[in-house]
Amino acid sequence: MNELLKQLTEAVGVSSAEKEVRLLIRDLIADHVDEWHVDAMGNLIAVKRGTGASDLRVLVDAHMDEVGLMVIDIDSSGMLKFDGVGGFDDRALLGKVVQVGPKKITGVIGARPIHLLKAGQYTAVVKRDAMRIDIGAKNKEAASSKIKVGDVAAFVTEYEELGPTAIGKAFDNRAGCAALIELLRAEPYPFDLVAAFTVQEEVGLRGAEVAAYGVKPDAALVLECTPAFDLPNEDDVSPNVALGHGPSIYVMDRGTIQDPRLVSHISRTAAENSIPFQIRQPGGGGTNTAAIQRLHGGIPAATIATPGRYAHTPAMMINLDDYANVVRLAEATLRALTPEIIKRNA
Amino acid sequence: MNELIKKLVEAYGPSGFEDGMRDIIRPEIEAYADEIRVDTMGNLIAFKKGNGEGLKVMIAAHMDEIGVMVSHITKEGFLRFTNIGGVFGHTLLGSRVQFADGTVGVVFSDRIEDRSKVHPLNKHFIDVGATSKEDCPIKVGDAAGFHREFVARGDQLTSKAMDDRIGCIVGIEALKRLESSPHDIYFVFSVQEEVGTRGAEAAANGIQPDVGIALDVTLTGDTPEKRPLAVDLGKGPAIKVKDRGMIAHTGLVRIMKQRAEEAGIDYQLEVLEFGSTDARSIQIAGPGSAAGCISIPCRYVHSQSETVDANDVEESINLLVEILSKPIEL
Repeated sequence: MNELLKQLTEAVGVSSAEKEVRLLIRDLIADHVDEWHVDAMGNLIAVKRGTGASDLRVLVDAHMDEVGLMVIDIDSSGMLKFDGVGGFDDRALLGKVVQVGPKKITGVIGARPIHLLKAGQYTAVVKRDAMRIDIGAKNKEAASSKIKVGDVAAFVTEYEELGPTAIGKAFDNRAGCAALIELLRAEPYPFDLVAAFTVQEEVGLRGAEVAAYGVKPDAALVLECTPAFDLPNEDDVSPNVALGHGPSIYVMDRGTIQDPRLVSHISRTAAENSIPFQIRQPGGGGTNTAAIQRLHGGIPAATIATPGRYAHTPAMMINLDDYANVVRLAEATLRALTPEIIKRNA
Repeated sequence: MNELIKKLVEAYGPSGFEDGMRDIIRPEIEAYADEIRVDTMGNLIAFKKGNGEGLKVMIAAHMDEIGVMVSHITKEGFLRFTNIGGVFGHTLLGSRVQFADGTVGVVFSDRIEDRSKVHPLNKHFIDVGATSKEDCPIKVGDAAGFHREFVARGDQLTSKAMDDRIGCIVGIEALKRLESSPHDIYFVFSVQEEVGTRGAEAAANGIQPDVGIALDVTLTGDTPEKRPLAVDLGKGPAIKVKDRGMIAHTGLVRIMKQRAEEAGIDYQLEVLEFGSTDARSIQIAGPGSAAGCISIPCRYVHSQSETVDANDVEESINLLVEILSKPIEL
């Protein structure tokens, strides 16, 4: 059992309320870094001093936050009205168990049972504003004693391993956090490695922008969990990355064209070390790279991601070999990174 | 000048892949700049020192062009693709694209059931003459620009990628003709404008100019059944007042108009409901700057037959030289 992934995915850290995850990570890395601090946004920034062989200052980012819900009202019957924090498919919400607020009160996103559905309701999509979280409170006063408007809610999913596959919530992006922790536990790099465990990615890459502005690195690597879409598809039209086919390397998404020099460096490193990899399908989506790349006259930035099925739902799946290869590839990429690779003459 | 325009517009350089563009522009400007460098994002920055009495001015013309990126290769060797910037289905059928290695592909769409509807991009494919995924010379992640020859029909100049190679021409020529200036000027040939004015943002964050002026094309309102827009082809450079991403600095607009009037340059005022330029990024980068844009009127923007008028181009150069050679009192 990968204890690191278990601990990290079972911890709760909805965007803006990442403290539990931050404290957990802080304790996991404290013995392996030379200094750390928490910035004003809540990003955990840790420095692992290098051997002095290179002058580079390299940032490695992994966001700590996960998508979740926020209580926006408590109605007279004690039911909690909510909205999403980050992107959701409303259809993934009905009937799920959630943990609400700092006291982790258990709630259920109630659904009308099938016995009581009328014709037409079978096929209709229930909208978010018609759903409520039910914490079993008898009225508004009882609910208000446990929950406040503005409290966030997260899914409840126990981490499990089934052969090479792991199931859990929030692999997006605790898989990235776990990989970054592994990088910090390894031997020192030729340069100072600055690890940023960032906040608020799911609501618009907000933490990373502040972190990278403060760190002002020469290059940045973002560790992510990217949505896999490898279910049976007859069309041969639009597959994305597949589980078990190795780390996925970004080339272009909605927010960036990844630094081509770093993309080739990562692909070359993978080939040289016989690490399988796949190019993530260019197009939509986005990572913290977009928030980092354009600061301070430009910072070369790229992304390596573990493919994950069912992102932004209560239960995701990753392949543990992919995850292990993300750690290997990220480490090899960093150790082989030289100023020449990111220097521009023409 | 048409020779240089032809060279620039026919060159390969979709957003993110502008290396070849830098190689063409750099030798053109090297003799006229005090210093040339390339920043992290790939912006080519030519610095021309002023006499110490002026401001720090950033000029931006983007080198990149719209294009496509391969997202999937079918087992028969056809390429599925996604857009780089504003590429739309109604400009695609039968068009040709070119990859960095010179490979030319033909773009077509899946079976058309209803001719009144345009297929979305994901129902189009590129045929590079491959017969299988294995023998296909192109890989997922490869980018292509459109492939179309430059033609000059009298004063009308037509090609792909006038947006914004013609702005680059205005920047290059202004740098060549500018004899002296009170201002420290950074001529930035920027990258990744078409995907969200990203290169100029990084450059401006680094330079932190007092004044930013983008050189870019704008739409015209002078073709049949066009949405009303008071910019015509051939009636002079357009001084941008507003677009969707920026309200130009009113003081800078005033100075642009004043310099045009002093020099007898016919100009138009541009209020554009769609789109934006590098000026938008320069305006709000770092501590912010006074930003504006000299727009070259262009018909059929984001098609492969973008058309500008040679006199508009010439007068845009003249206007920029007028602005840069004199004090900018905001």
